[in-house]
Amino acid sequence: MDLTDWLVALHVLSAFAWIAALVLYSVVIAAGRGLSVPGDVLRVFRVVRVGDALIAVGMIGTIVFGIWLAIDEYDIWDGWIIAALALWLVAGAVGDRLGRTYNATRDRARALHAEGLNDASSELSGMLRSQRGLVLHAVLVLVTAAILVLMVWKPGA
Amino acid sequence: MEPALFLHILGASVLVGGLVTAFAAQLLGWSERPHAAAVTYARLGFRSLLYAAVPGWLLMRIGAQWIWSEQGWDDISEEPLWLGIGWITGDLGLVPILLATIFAGVGLRRLGPGAEGKTALVRVAAVLVGISLLAYVITVWAMSAKPD
Repeated sequence: MDLTDWLVALHVLSAFAWIAALVLYSVVIAAGRGLSVPGDVLRVFRVVRVGDALIAVGMIGTIVFGIWLAIDEYDIWDGWIIAALALWLVAGAVGDRLGRTYNATRDRARALHAEGLNDASSELSGMLRSQRGLVLHAVLVLVTAAILVLMVWKPGA
Repeated sequence: MEPALFLHILGASVLVGGLVTAFAAQLLGWSERPHAAAVTYARLGFRSLLYAAVPGWLLMRIGAQWIWSEQGWDDISEEPLWLGIGWITGDLGLVPILLATIFAGVGLRRLGPGAEGKTALVRVAAVLVGISLLAYVITVWAMSAKPD
């Protein structure tokens, strides 16, 4: 195995970590829509920490090993690579907003729990069912899928 | 080949995502004493396997078969190592995933009211999921690096 083989493997493993995080967020968002008790919400959000670690590793790994590969094997100014880099930035911006939306929900659950209010909360339920979070998540999934399409088809390469 | 490869990679990544989510939830629930906590994590683990890992495996396997047909790999005389690893974990990997899903589902039912502490099946599912996850991470490495 040469350096390029390792770069490809690390790039692909990073992409898997990224998509695994999105699957985890999807499961948590779906599960969260049926929750309203602060204690239950906090438990589900503990799983999200694994997703946060995976998406950090995934996004950093894909960009670092991806640019390295692009310089090594392709031309960094190829249209499909530029498009993928632009979509990576969009994914980062959307992911940041998505994280802030759901972190606010987690923080509210934490505050209610700390106050000893562990009955069903309509406020918490509303936050977990927010359209904003769902739309941002859907956009992040679509942008990631578009990057995957570019990586598989490599138009113009 | 691109649509088949896209389907194969998409399915494999959803499968790995489902396994990661299930494993994380099952590990968090492993030593939970409050009954409600164990149920929450067991439910999350079961749903991850049922709605992500199993459909992901199916997409991955359909994509693999599609690539196999397009590439005419029936005729290759000596199968490369990475392809062998892919077939073994791809085909045999379904068994622990299905067993883990069944155990996680039955284990979740047994965690119902009046059955506190009966977490053995959920723990067996967690072990199976952990082994499957490790096998698929090695497979992703092998199929992308393609070692000789």
